[in-house]
Amino acid sequence: MIEVQDLTKSYGSVIAVDHVSFTVNKGEILGFLGPNGAGKTTTMRILTGYMPATSGTARIAGFDVFDDSLEVRRHIGYLPEAPPVYPDMTVASYLDFVARIKNVPSERRAERVADAMHKTNIEDKRDQLIKRLSRGYKQRVGLAQALVHDPDVIILDEPTVGLDPKQIIEVRHLIKGLAGNHTIILSTHILPEVSMTCDRVVIINKGKVAAVDTPENLTAQLKGGQKIRVEVQAPERSLQELLAQIPGVSRTQIEAAHANGHVTATVEAAAGKDVRSQIAAGVVQKGWPLFELRGVSLSLEDIFLELTTEDSAHSEAAD
Amino acid sequence: MKGLYAIYRKEMGHYFVSPVAYVVVGVFLALSAFFFNYFLAAVMQQAMQMQMQEMEMGMHPNIDVTMEVMRAFFGLLSTLVLFLTPMLTMGVFSEERKRGTMELLMTSPITEIQIVVGKFLASVTLFAIMLLPTAAYLVFIYVHSDPVPPWRLLVAGYVGVMLLGGCLLSLGSFISSLTENQLIAAVLTFAAFLGVWVIDLGRNAGGGAGNVLEYLSVIRHFDDFTRGVIDSSSLIYYASFMILFVFLTVRAVDSMRWRRA
Repeated sequence: MIEVQDLTKSYGSVIAVDHVSFTVNKGEILGFLGPNGAGKTTTMRILTGYMPATSGTARIAGFDVFDDSLEVRRHIGYLPEAPPVYPDMTVASYLDFVARIKNVPSERRAERVADAMHKTNIEDKRDQLIKRLSRGYKQRVGLAQALVHDPDVIILDEPTVGLDPKQIIEVRHLIKGLAGNHTIILSTHILPEVSMTCDRVVIINKGKVAAVDTPENLTAQLKGGQKIRVEVQAPERSLQELLAQIPGVSRTQIEAAHANGHVTATVEAAAGKDVRSQIAAGVVQKGWPLFELRGVSLSLEDIFLELTTEDSAHSEAAD
Repeated sequence: MKGLYAIYRKEMGHYFVSPVAYVVVGVFLALSAFFFNYFLAAVMQQAMQMQMQEMEMGMHPNIDVTMEVMRAFFGLLSTLVLFLTPMLTMGVFSEERKRGTMELLMTSPITEIQIVVGKFLASVTLFAIMLLPTAAYLVFIYVHSDPVPPWRLLVAGYVGVMLLGGCLLSLGSFISSLTENQLIAAVLTFAAFLGVWVIDLGRNAGGGAGNVLEYLSVIRHFDDFTRGVIDSSSLIYYASFMILFVFLTVRAVDSMRWRRA
């Protein structure tokens, strides 16, 4: 449904998007994950035809976003970072206007507007001026605007920003419900959002794609190693020595030494080797009291940090 | 066509909920009413004095009160238009850009031409609505004049004001498309209006350059209309002016895609 090939966008000497490639299949939800300024918004703006790419191609529903821009725009619904609303319009008249400029036939307009309001749960605000609405409601009006013409592809730039926790859950449900009939790209810098709603994730950093995979695979892939946290009452140095001697341990780090003599340390071990029993045996043999021993699973957050900080370390070295 | 109508409809709705349009139209009507009254009184007094001179010295009075009042009035309308239209066009594009709604328009399946022309036609419509009540003053003149002046005078005068207004609105929209700041748009528009106004002074330069400058002045062509003359060269001038600036606005809106940083 969406094919992006070597997409590059530079502003003068600054490269905002650097040879980004990915594809999105029909009915899929793709998460676009990256820190602020990573190039998420720029990529989305190129996809929606709002601005041209410097080089590379992007096709939506078979149409090139640059050459067949109008055709592409017929197929997409887009919620920019800030909801593009007219403060002096009522919710219903605003959605009616959007339906008109999105070429919704007049006989279906009322029905489409009602459906969009129903899906985003703003029916009770239909006759209110948009400027009187709260941030969360405005965001939902923006979302309704992206759905009103029932587009094949929906592009959402940080759709849950400014919503309260309950509304965030509602919006995530809404997005999940839209998948299947619609192909969705959403950007976010909130990690749980990706694992909860997306089928696949593109991690983007400094304009480059750092990883593309399902949230599960990403977690599994980077879980190659094992991380263990131990808390022992022992001298710092001897504890480190002991842990380092255990076969299979690749790295030991003392996290903190507490005033009561407790020391917490993180141990990284190669995949497939459970070193916990050896750690326990070693500590007990020394006669040190063991307070905690647990495996730490890498969250998407760790992966994200790992990928993005690693990348920046590389690029800094290159500079 | 549907896209154009959707934009037009939205713009009209916007004018009638925004206080700016009401203030501009209100001020325009108040000032035009005041000056109409003033001109009428002044010209009447002048006519009366001339009549007295006639009685004393037996001279024939040579003043057409109706014509004088109407010419003064159309001249006034053009001046008010100069001051007030920048306020009507200042937000046309700059506000859309600032609010981020330009992003909605430009990612919708409508062309830049539909956006620009839709907005332009809406501003011309508002302008016509603003002028409409002033016709009542002139109807008053027609009812009380003897002999009744030719209707051509009234029609030509309003055609002239509409064409002049259309030119200024197209120029104002163009300037509004260049900035995100409404105030800057208004000030620059006013400066540009003054510019096309005073080009007229250049005709004193004489020679070929003087003729060209005279032809380029928006106000020079307007004078013909206030005399009841609808001249085809003036029509072509005004039409070209509007088409040029509507076209430039389309280009400016289109170039936003490239300029954005």
